[in-house]
Amino acid sequence: MSEKILARASHAESVHPGQIVDGDVDLLYMHEMLAMALMPFNEIGTMKVWDPEKIVVTLDHWVPPPTPEIAKMHQTIRDFCHKQGIRRFHDVGDHGIVHQLIVERGYAHPGDLVIGSDSHTNMVGAVGAFAAGIGATDTAAVMATGRLWLRVPETIRVEIRGKLADRTGAKDVILKVIGTTGDDGARYAAVEFTGPTVKEFPMNERFVLCNMTTEMGAKVGMIEADSITKKYLAHPGVPFQPIESDEDASFAKTFTFDVDGMGPQVACPSNPANLKPVEDVEGTKIDVAFLGSCTNARIEDLRIAADLLRGEKVAPGVRFQITPASQIIYRQALKEGLVEVFLDAGATFTSSTCGPCFGGHLGVLAGDEVCISSTNRNYPGRMGSPQAQVYLASPWTVTASAIRGKITDPRKV
Amino acid sequence: MQTRFQGRVWTFGDDISTDHIIAGKYLGTTDPKIFAEHAFEAVDPTWAKKVQPGDLIVAGANFGCGSSREQAPIALRTLGIAAILANSFARIFFRNAINLGFPVIECAGLRDRVKPGDGIELDLASGEVRLPSGEIMRFTALPPNVLEILEAGGLVPKLRKELAQKSSPALT
Repeated sequence: MSEKILARASHAESVHPGQIVDGDVDLLYMHEMLAMALMPFNEIGTMKVWDPEKIVVTLDHWVPPPTPEIAKMHQTIRDFCHKQGIRRFHDVGDHGIVHQLIVERGYAHPGDLVIGSDSHTNMVGAVGAFAAGIGATDTAAVMATGRLWLRVPETIRVEIRGKLADRTGAKDVILKVIGTTGDDGARYAAVEFTGPTVKEFPMNERFVLCNMTTEMGAKVGMIEADSITKKYLAHPGVPFQPIESDEDASFAKTFTFDVDGMGPQVACPSNPANLKPVEDVEGTKIDVAFLGSCTNARIEDLRIAADLLRGEKVAPGVRFQITPASQIIYRQALKEGLVEVFLDAGATFTSSTCGPCFGGHLGVLAGDEVCISSTNRNYPGRMGSPQAQVYLASPWTVTASAIRGKITDPRKV
Repeated sequence: MQTRFQGRVWTFGDDISTDHIIAGKYLGTTDPKIFAEHAFEAVDPTWAKKVQPGDLIVAGANFGCGSSREQAPIALRTLGIAAILANSFARIFFRNAINLGFPVIECAGLRDRVKPGDGIELDLASGEVRLPSGEIMRFTALPPNVLEILEAGGLVPKLRKELAQKSSPALT
């Protein structure tokens, strides 16, 4: 699938793994990294972006800005978008964590070459696009030229089959996959998910799988677009032309995971591949529970939290913070009455931001704090103090743990 | 482009993430000096003070995994680290470093052959590392397109040159 997309984007009949291609970018999206890309962009000297209609910008890492310097950074970005004629600039108030904003507004399509200024761009591959993350200088280069050199990746096929246990989902599956292959198990590769379990997953679960291929070292994570994708992307004027994997496509490796009856999984401090079944860490006392990030803070995740919290209270001494992945989700949560459930239970509910996930602001961890989080990384210092301990888990496990004040199997709540 | 380096070694293990290199709380600026001051703070709060320009980093597998923050290679470059040798690199960190004209070399097995403070020599042109014992280790050469970016001093100077050639009347 990825080879087909890169062949089209580089105007070649076919491409093969290991080949270096120059791809025409269909969509470039950025968050505050745009500020870091401005200096190299100005040095390149084209002055104008190659095509303002192919660029999307939002603010997500520091929303609302916690320091005067960051407020200034936001101003710089706002001015740049205005001057360059970037219409799809989603300012504070209309914002979202960029990967979520891209998919919920139908900006990425199956078959597109999508480049994002953030490592979790892999998430967008769940619509059947080739979506890869880059840094500031590459971002500047794409802004100036509309092109990016890419090494055609080998493809690793991950087949998931079987029916998961109750209160177990895609997050538990991807933690299991990462725990098995290691946090560099797919370094430089394209990961293609397939199998009956994946085909039955709704889009929100597919996003979780592709999102955390980043924690396998993958360049992209992809799922073939199907009727579920089509329904999700049914925005007016959005074309739908899925790219399929060939019957005789060759894969560098194939992993098959039989997840029949598999229960909740937890990635322990301080590596996303440090996997244990929830039973092995049950009872570990927590200080903080966080439901947020591009990985697991969609409306479906918030509904899970509300279902468990109804009539319950967050354990004394525990702070449970819920931060939706976008303002659209925020509004939906209000409409459905979920926010009231959160507040009644003693949780806090904030505006959408990446803040706590990367230890930036709006809820970071002290050195002696233990946190269970629906996010994607738990390296030392990721969410605050380098001494803090972070466990990664599903929205079910995070919420159940918030109620009990210790890591809890959600099937027992 | 400088192709020969001689320097003192700092060693690191496997799976060193960009969170280890520069924490998220320091990213609210575009000032490279701030990134440099706090480099590897999560591992050793005094590291940035001990590093000397010309020092080399030798690490295990998957160096630079995690966030795409280019502030990580910028921090190390600003401190004067001359090159990074690792068993392997995470893909975005590798691209970011090369784009800055910062040599990053995959040399499998080197990590187990050196200890902190060792002096080693690196020759990019011949693809060799000389260990304190005098023993030579060879590494796989960088792909031609990557070497081209490094030789130009980074992606920005390379693109500037290409754009200047395109718009030069002498060539049209």
